[in-house]
Amino acid sequence: MRKFILAASLAIAAAGFANSAQAQGEIKIGEINSYSLLPAFTEPYRKGWQLAVEEINAAGGINGKKLVVISKDDGGKPADAQTAANELVSSENVAMLTGTFLSNIGLAVSDFANQKKVFFLAAEPLTDAITWSKGNRYTFRLRPSNYMQAAMLVEAASKLPAKRWATVAPNYEYGQSAVSVFKKLMSEKRPDIQWVDEQWPPQGKIDAGPVVQALAAANPEAILNVTFGADLVKFVREGNTRGLFKGRDVVSFLTGEPEYLDPLKDETPVGWIVTGYPWYDIKTPDHDKFLKAYQAKFNDYPRLGSIVGYQTIKAAAAILTKANSTDPEKLIAATEGLSMPSPFGEITFRKIDHQSTLGAYVGKTALKDGKGVMVDIAYKKGSDFLPSDAEVEKLRPKD
Amino acid sequence: MAFYVVQFLTGLASAASLFLMASGLSIIFGVTRIVNFAHGAFYMIGAYVAFTLTERFSGALGFWGGIVAAALVVALLGVLVEMVLLRRIYHSPELFQLLATFGLTLMVQDLVVLIWGPDDLVGRRAPGFKGAVDFFGQAIPSYDLFLIVLSPVVLGILYLLFQRTRWGILVRAATQDRDMVAALGVNQKWLFTSVFAVGVFLAALGGALQIPRDAVHHAMDLRIIVEVFVVVVIGGLGSIIGAFVAAVLVSELNAFGILIFPKISIILVFLVMAVVLIVRPWGLFGKPEAPARRSPGLTVNPWRPLTSGERLASLAALAIAALLPFFVGNYALSVGSEIAIFVIFAVSLHFLMSVGGLASFGHAAYFGLGAYGVAFLAKMAGLPMIVSLSLGPLLGCLGAAVFGFFCVQLSGVYFAMLTLAFAQIVWSIAFQWVAVTGGDNGILGVWPDKWAASPSSFYWLSLGIAALAVVILRIIVFSPFGYALRATRDSMLRSEAIGINAKRMQWTAFVIAGTVAGVAGALFAFLKGSVFPDNMGIPLSVDALVMVLLGGVETVSGAVIGAIVFKAANIWLVSQTDWSKLVLGAFIVLIVVAFPKGIVGTLEALISRRKSASAKPLVTRIETAE
Repeated sequence: MRKFILAASLAIAAAGFANSAQAQGEIKIGEINSYSLLPAFTEPYRKGWQLAVEEINAAGGINGKKLVVISKDDGGKPADAQTAANELVSSENVAMLTGTFLSNIGLAVSDFANQKKVFFLAAEPLTDAITWSKGNRYTFRLRPSNYMQAAMLVEAASKLPAKRWATVAPNYEYGQSAVSVFKKLMSEKRPDIQWVDEQWPPQGKIDAGPVVQALAAANPEAILNVTFGADLVKFVREGNTRGLFKGRDVVSFLTGEPEYLDPLKDETPVGWIVTGYPWYDIKTPDHDKFLKAYQAKFNDYPRLGSIVGYQTIKAAAAILTKANSTDPEKLIAATEGLSMPSPFGEITFRKIDHQSTLGAYVGKTALKDGKGVMVDIAYKKGSDFLPSDAEVEKLRPKD
Repeated sequence: MAFYVVQFLTGLASAASLFLMASGLSIIFGVTRIVNFAHGAFYMIGAYVAFTLTERFSGALGFWGGIVAAALVVALLGVLVEMVLLRRIYHSPELFQLLATFGLTLMVQDLVVLIWGPDDLVGRRAPGFKGAVDFFGQAIPSYDLFLIVLSPVVLGILYLLFQRTRWGILVRAATQDRDMVAALGVNQKWLFTSVFAVGVFLAALGGALQIPRDAVHHAMDLRIIVEVFVVVVIGGLGSIIGAFVAAVLVSELNAFGILIFPKISIILVFLVMAVVLIVRPWGLFGKPEAPARRSPGLTVNPWRPLTSGERLASLAALAIAALLPFFVGNYALSVGSEIAIFVIFAVSLHFLMSVGGLASFGHAAYFGLGAYGVAFLAKMAGLPMIVSLSLGPLLGCLGAAVFGFFCVQLSGVYFAMLTLAFAQIVWSIAFQWVAVTGGDNGILGVWPDKWAASPSSFYWLSLGIAALAVVILRIIVFSPFGYALRATRDSMLRSEAIGINAKRMQWTAFVIAGTVAGVAGALFAFLKGSVFPDNMGIPLSVDALVMVLLGGVETVSGAVIGAIVFKAANIWLVSQTDWSKLVLGAFIVLIVVAFPKGIVGTLEALISRRKSASAKPLVTRIETAE
């Protein structure tokens, strides 16, 4: 029974890594994301934050100290994300945690941050729970939430004449809450609407043919789609072949993001109302600067993940600079109400629910030279699509 | 009416790829008894290679030629894998080949990203099958019609192959009784290789044919592999017609099921499998397995309790482990706690597998139930940690008692698949019942009480419980109950003849294993402070299997080492590299080749061989006699 000797030697080896001397004049940020599970999204994301680190250090770092980002993979599992968070906090002594993509992982790390009193800036997770029902004082979130994206889409969707609506969404928390918020906001604006069918394929396992048939059988005038990634590809291909989208309006979450739009190539459906990131058509000085720097460094175009990665680290740097300390309480105080520039214009981290006011682009899909693009784009500011303060206070537990 | 016809046809088209995969898997399992976990990987490589070829060569010939060429290329790859890797381990304990193919699967998932990049790839449509056919106002994609025709054609070809050729006769004979085929002088090596090649060809063809309807990406394999196993088992192992009927059954139930219950897809196949296996224990078209000639637990080195010297050594090792908190930091201690918890989990499965001879593919269910039990007690009832920790595992115990009753009615792979079905049903309840379980967002804030909150106290707690679990299970192994259980494992008939109630023994073992797994889950909930449906998912069940097989299934406590090695390697690699799956997979494959009986099993065999070189001829004689 050599088991414990082995355990002991392994643990000592691990400790050896842990006690590596902390260099003076450095500030470390611990970053966690699902690199191995979702490379299509996280690779551009990684490039984004690498660009940000380079720019920050070229401009003198954080109050003269060099910024270092230590990045860990969570393999798409909440338990592994917590192991990584623990390593970053206990062994690497990072000043704050950032990142995460999947909602359940974001929540797991947010709960960890709350328990261990560590500052956490959630980058990607869309769930409303992370700032509202399960919000805590140590957690902030950058991306526009499910609620905000739904509200942006409802603004456009409620103007459509369609009265019979059907929905299709992946069967997990993200899909469920996207559909329920959309339905609620839509029915408030348009009491005359009927919801005639809903389809819930398992995430990543859509059997697209039967789903498309079932939707068509309900004969809706408009469809809300929340599927993305490979599921979206299958859904669109079956829908195109079977004529599901002919004469029907489609409103779709996230489909305008290059990560999901580009794979569709010449099969991109035309005229869908989507949220997304039309990097080719955004003509603002803030975005131009980002785009030029990104293309110069990577010789590739940015995806939405690039923006999120870039702005996450930019925001982290702004927070650390303003707080001029790594004390979590001071970081929280510095972040609440902090405004900063972003490629999408100025954003603010709200004091009331720790949500940033980063917005999203809404537009219509179109085909151009055999590729999917967004047209008729408009930037929707996050601050315009959040519920009133009184409502938010009801949603969020008191700290 | 037209709608229902079209929905039926759509279901048939969905059945096509399932059938191609399932028939390949079924043939491979029937002949070689390999649970080919890498079947999904071959399917995925087939799709990737076909994507490259069809993009490279234009026109109809380029497309169809590319599809077939891709399947052939991947079949060659399969031959390579069989000859280089699997041939070395056919004589390893049952299911050990699963470990090798699992390692391959991990590697392939990273390799395809390295070769083809991270983006989803969308292949072109099939020339001649781009549009749809109008059927009373309903559109049927012509490619669907092609697939609907294709699967009976493939079924027919396979049927002719099996009925009309010498090779087919050999395959059928080997499926029925491969020892007898070997005894009659058939060259098993080439039979196995050719069967593996055909199986892989069918998988790759199934993958390649998806490119006009699907996106090619690095998670395709996991999406399909479990469902294909399920289809094979529903149809009956080794039965091609069974695979066809099961694929159609599952696809049609899904196509019509979603009209009434749109959320049913997530669980449907597992429900069908559970029902089929309870009613027909060998699947729809399967036959009862012939009684095994080789006792699965036959060890060259018979089990014995530890000698006093070994006991002292174990105690010393435990003491060293207990001193760790004085030397290492907090992170190492939480990793230590996690490893200790997985030792508990692995030994519980190991108990079921090596002592009871019952390989469970769904052991994570009881781990997860223990975790949820704790979460309910601590979060909703607000009970203190010590109470929740003692009572939480009872949920695992209860689940094991209920599901175990049904599972032990079956044996072999059917038993394994029924445990998998129950695990998936439990998982989907945790996933869907948002009001109680929080769905996939889980239950947060299950942190330990003050006395156990510090990493060192929690480490001591986990280490103590782990040591206790290992000791208790060892005591059970060498108790009269343990001997009776081993008797049922080695020969059901003989043990029943001497008056042992075999089913009750196995059921008891199942409940014990489930409860101990529940203890591990309960500790895990407090370690992580949260509970997610992940805690009872298939990947965790597979991890547990890997730990047991890595340690050595024919040992008494090999799972302890297996758990430590696997978990430590896993945590370390995930932290050090983004290509952890590639490295971990390669590591597993290496271990499989270097330690064909598992780490502890191979070491024990080496030691005993050195000790008793003279006893060697006797041992070989015993083995051949069996």
